[in-house]
Amino acid sequence: MEITSRGLWTLIHGMGFGALFLLACSAAIYQLWHLCRSNGASEAHTDVVLKWYLLAMALLAWLSVLSGTYIVYPWYRAVAPAGTHDLALYPQLLLKSSPTTIGWHTLGMEWKEHVAWLSPIAMTMAAATFFHYGRDLRNQRYLRNAVLSFTVVAFVAAAIAGTWGAMINKYAPTVGGQVYSFSQAEAK
Amino acid sequence: MNSSETRSLPNGAGAAATLAAGIGAVVLGVLTLAGDKSPAIKNALIFYRPTGALSGVTTVTIAVWFVVWLLLHRLWSKKDVNIRKIVTIAFVLLAASLLLTFPPFIDAF
Repeated sequence: MEITSRGLWTLIHGMGFGALFLLACSAAIYQLWHLCRSNGASEAHTDVVLKWYLLAMALLAWLSVLSGTYIVYPWYRAVAPAGTHDLALYPQLLLKSSPTTIGWHTLGMEWKEHVAWLSPIAMTMAAATFFHYGRDLRNQRYLRNAVLSFTVVAFVAAAIAGTWGAMINKYAPTVGGQVYSFSQAEAK
Repeated sequence: MNSSETRSLPNGAGAAATLAAGIGAVVLGVLTLAGDKSPAIKNALIFYRPTGALSGVTTVTIAVWFVVWLLLHRLWSKKDVNIRKIVTIAFVLLAASLLLTFPPFIDAF
């Protein structure tokens, strides 16, 4: 069982930061929705937990887009030397080489690479507002709704990016670099 | 404001964060569109070659977002503003940014 360094970073970006953020969204959205429905009434310890929870989510969103943009994306869009026939190390070129896969780049990656950045912006707004107001948010109906809605937008943007990312990596995985071997199973 | 609500903090800081996020989001969308339509703008947005124009689009977006947030926070943090109107504007900007990053919409221009 082995994985390349590029594959490992793609895993950290997508499954580590991205998927964890998406999972965290469900609990945050439920808790914020409950806060809005109950007209802001909540227990003090719930507010403290949610405050740090939202901050951790904002951090995850930032780590996801930064690792995607500055670590994985350069490998995805790497330019192959002239005369290269095997495009396995050049995912973007591999997708663009066939009319049956080009859409994964022209629609999927072109959308994903930009829309993903809405997630940390929206999540930072939600976390900062919750941090600033704390318990006082129960008296701020419109701000409560804004925090919930921006968290939903952050979720939607991350879900779009994550779904396209998973599909693109299925058709043109980011591979190459150092190979890490974890175990060697005997052939049966 | 609901008559039963008794606020202790002005809503200005929250309004500043909300509107700044909306403005930051729409800057992302506008730069995405501009970079796609103009080769000159696309080249100008290449801050880090391995990542291409995406590096400039996102760096300018984050810079504008933070500066706007800072300015609005200074202006509004100690007062109450029309929060309903500001949240509505921020949502319109967010919706526009979602549209402006959608490739089929960009291709329509």
